[in-house]
Amino acid sequence: MSTREIRNLIVSALLIGLCCLLPVYGSPYWLTMGTTIAMYAVLSTSWALFSGPTHYISLATAAFFGVGTFVTGLGFQDLPFWTLPVIAAALGAVLAALVGMVTLRLSGVYFVIFTLGLAEMVRQVVTWVQNQTGHRGMYVLTSLTEREIYWMLIALASLVFLAGWLIGRSKLGFALRIIGNDETVAKHSGIDTALAKVLLFMVPGAAAAATGAILAPRYIYIEPSTAFAPLLSFQVVIMALLGGTGRLWGPIAGVIPFTLLWEAITRQAPNQTLLLLGLAFLLIVYVLPGGFVGLWDRLRRRYGGNQ
Amino acid sequence: MFILITGLLLGGTYALIAMGLNLQYGVARIMNLANGEMLVAGGFAAFWVYTAGQVNPIAALIVVAPLAFAVNWVLYRVMLQPLVTRAKNRGQLETDSILATFGMSFAFVGVMTWVFGGGYFNYAFLAQPFEMFGSSYAQNRIVAFLIATVIAAALWLWLTYSRAGLRMRAVAVNPRSARLVGIDVKATSALAFALGGAITATGGSLISMFFTLDASVGVLFTMKALIIVIMGGVGDIRGTIIAALILGIAETAVARLIDPGLTLAAAYFLFLAVLLFRPQGLFGKKPT
Repeated sequence: MSTREIRNLIVSALLIGLCCLLPVYGSPYWLTMGTTIAMYAVLSTSWALFSGPTHYISLATAAFFGVGTFVTGLGFQDLPFWTLPVIAAALGAVLAALVGMVTLRLSGVYFVIFTLGLAEMVRQVVTWVQNQTGHRGMYVLTSLTEREIYWMLIALASLVFLAGWLIGRSKLGFALRIIGNDETVAKHSGIDTALAKVLLFMVPGAAAAATGAILAPRYIYIEPSTAFAPLLSFQVVIMALLGGTGRLWGPIAGVIPFTLLWEAITRQAPNQTLLLLGLAFLLIVYVLPGGFVGLWDRLRRRYGGNQ
Repeated sequence: MFILITGLLLGGTYALIAMGLNLQYGVARIMNLANGEMLVAGGFAAFWVYTAGQVNPIAALIVVAPLAFAVNWVLYRVMLQPLVTRAKNRGQLETDSILATFGMSFAFVGVMTWVFGGGYFNYAFLAQPFEMFGSSYAQNRIVAFLIATVIAAALWLWLTYSRAGLRMRAVAVNPRSARLVGIDVKATSALAFALGGAITATGGSLISMFFTLDASVGVLFTMKALIIVIMGGVGDIRGTIIAALILGIAETAVARLIDPGLTLAAAYFLFLAVLLFRPQGLFGKKPT
């Protein structure tokens, strides 16, 4: 480990520690915002771990998230709460592996399309199963407070960052960077490209499902149409891309401003959120292709940074 | 028998929508995920002229189709062509066009919700039953199917026998080589994209005669059209038609026999089968 890496690790640990203090000093409003931001931070960062290097746009977040909330909804009465995110993560990883095995050997378009409808498809199936068995929604009543949920999310976010950092250093990360640059070259140098992509796709799958499991008590009442809301997938994509997927910290740079903006718009003009989402997508494609990270790098290059 | 015919009638309209998408993706190389919104816009236009002016929705197609053509042409020239020009390879163009058309799709939904509200839209046009083979079918479904068939046949003839159609097929095979034989690829792509949009909007007008639409339902149709295009093979009209009919029948069967809430799951089942066993499409050749 170089001194630079050690410095980065210490800075990250300090920042995470600082985030943990929010429930102690912040107001309830900021705790709610902080929880939302932490949720999107986990989802977007883990999304970018896969989609950043591979350039595959995954829209499956809502499906994994919904699976996670249902794990909590079904299991919170019988199992200790800490096991639920773990079970959800395992299920999410399995689901991601299945989706990945079907689609990731083919071109990227198939993957996008398959994940686009995945949440809706799972929702239809879950609704159908519930109708068959006579269950409707579920109440998730726990003694967890919002600050505990927040701390769990921060812990999960730290895990995601750690995973991202370790993947970046590993052989898998190296293989993925080659795949992202040129898949043909990767194949010819003996990398099992499909396997590498499937393995990596399991990370956001597990993270999103665990997030759903942790956040389920916040919703109190769970039903398929809210648990599998497809909009979530798009919000995650837009935040990650707005921040930029080139760096590990990139997505967070998109999550914080976008969440605040989204909250403001929802309060002022709830019908215009979709328009905002659409404009944000167009902004990214036409004005900010690399997100804030790309902008930052360009500015640094222009005004003489040290690199 | 009832399921088979209802499915075929539905599949006919699906075929039209998917053909629009296939032209846009196969020729203009734009994976247009705002396709469903164009369909909903076509449906809203038909709804609006019918309820406001008592104009026959079929007659309204004479206005809807050219209007959609013009809108899509401008959309391609202004928004999408810059992406084609700047893309270094096919993969980058795909990612860019997916993101850009997602943006357009959400922006359209936002605007349509703003203008028309979030409610459901339907109207009764030709809602009388029609007796056929011992069961009755709604007349509007039959009319929609017939019009879809006529348009699809016209499109096929045009693509197969006209010079412009030949140009389009050449671009579909390889844009670079098409340029070498003197084809204006940009103009042809714009034409294909606009034509695809017009066909989709027409399909939307037809579907609005028997389907309840709302501003945000577009993505569901995009999804179905995408599945059909992939199942039939990109750029393959014959495959598209057969895939659309299969999807129509499968959906109707699932809705009738199991649960009407499972139509997308049925489409996914087909999609999964295609991805696993024939990713190159029903009639596609295995890439070597």
